[in-house]
Amino acid sequence: MTEPELLGPGLLGPGAKRAPAGGWRTATVASVEHPTPRAVQLRLDVPDRIDHLAGQHYVVRLTAEDGYRAQRSYSVASAPEDRQVELFVERLEDGEVSPFLADGVQAGDRLEVRGPIGGWFVWDGESPALLVGGGSGVVPFLAMLRHARTLGRTDLLRIAVSSRTLVELPYAMELMEAGALIVLTREPYGDRAAARLMGDELRALWTPEQTAYVCGSARFAEAASQLLVDVGVPDHSIRVERFGPSAA
Amino acid sequence: MTTPTRGFFGRRRERDPRLPPGQYDVGADWPVLTAEPTPRIAPETWSISVDGKVANPISWTWDEAHRLPGSEYRGAIHCVTTWSKFDTWFAGVSVDTLLEAAQPTDDAHFVMATSKTGYTTNLPLEDVTGGKAWVVWDFDGKPLPIEHGGPVRLLVPHLYFWKSAKWVTRLTLMTRDQPGFWEQNGYHDRGDPWREQRYQGDD
Repeated sequence: MTEPELLGPGLLGPGAKRAPAGGWRTATVASVEHPTPRAVQLRLDVPDRIDHLAGQHYVVRLTAEDGYRAQRSYSVASAPEDRQVELFVERLEDGEVSPFLADGVQAGDRLEVRGPIGGWFVWDGESPALLVGGGSGVVPFLAMLRHARTLGRTDLLRIAVSSRTLVELPYAMELMEAGALIVLTREPYGDRAAARLMGDELRALWTPEQTAYVCGSARFAEAASQLLVDVGVPDHSIRVERFGPSAA
Repeated sequence: MTTPTRGFFGRRRERDPRLPPGQYDVGADWPVLTAEPTPRIAPETWSISVDGKVANPISWTWDEAHRLPGSEYRGAIHCVTTWSKFDTWFAGVSVDTLLEAAQPTDDAHFVMATSKTGYTTNLPLEDVTGGKAWVVWDFDGKPLPIEHGGPVRLLVPHLYFWKSAKWVTRLTLMTRDQPGFWEQNGYHDRGDPWREQRYQGDD
């Protein structure tokens, strides 16, 4: 009996090239900014860095004096060609790692990081893509957008982003300049009334050649991916990345 | 040992001994993490097959699987994204029962679990035998919710939870190990939380 065929629809087959991955590094914090009220943007110098694919993430690991450790994953906002790694971290009030990163980290600090990690939620720089992000779920799309600008291929990307308000939307200016559809659920934006993302809005951005990427809270990702399915996007053309608690 | 991070003390001083290293207790919540849209699967259309390196390739429908001797798991589950959930209660059938019917051949050493969505994850055979793995359809005495892998998911609670494939429909016995979905994307081939085998290259 031969080894059975295991390739599923839309998934990488066995023996496919593994995604780039790096080990633990001690990064130096180059800059710390607070671009939105609840978030921190860290730029890191990572020695012996392995170039990431746009959409991959890094793990940040904190260690206390007594050896106690906590680690979390964060999407990379910078393009692979950026000489630094940029992370955008939303402060979760009851969190353990994000409040420390938001309030306790200064330029010059050393942080243990590991990356890049993940090879599914990545854009290859060549294929048409529809990017649908909620809140800090837009972060991996910044890496894709910036990479597309370097390549001169922003024409390949269509972007829809959702936030409660404009000031809470990460990278709002950069997304507006890129022509992203801005969806605000708690305030009007231009002549769009405050409302959740709608199927018609996604239908207007969708073309059959696209791979759709959905990133956000569990609730946003579930709603947005089902909207895409309802619009007619095949399941196997949709890649989803979810984070946070199930009811967020 | 690693150099401490300046100014970091951490929140918890009393570690629950049930928590593997680097994990935290998520409490009553149960985060949902999947890489694809949640499928819509009616129990009548679901089946579970065991094939590959077996003497007797076999499959069970929903009703047939429910007529097998039941088995349950009570205890913790551990996600590689660092949450752990205690005191879970799952019910279904032991993977041992399925393998007993399919009869793995002597050269079967690994298993690839495949989901209805095409998701795959690889496991050493010894990690799904000896009362360590289940195919489950109930959680807390109720049908397993679809977003958590219902109607039926694999349950291998002693490994990180991406190994417990949601919407499982097929177990394929193999001679040689092959990476599944997350394993091709940087995650560990075995995934023992007590050894913190999160990523490729961890020991």
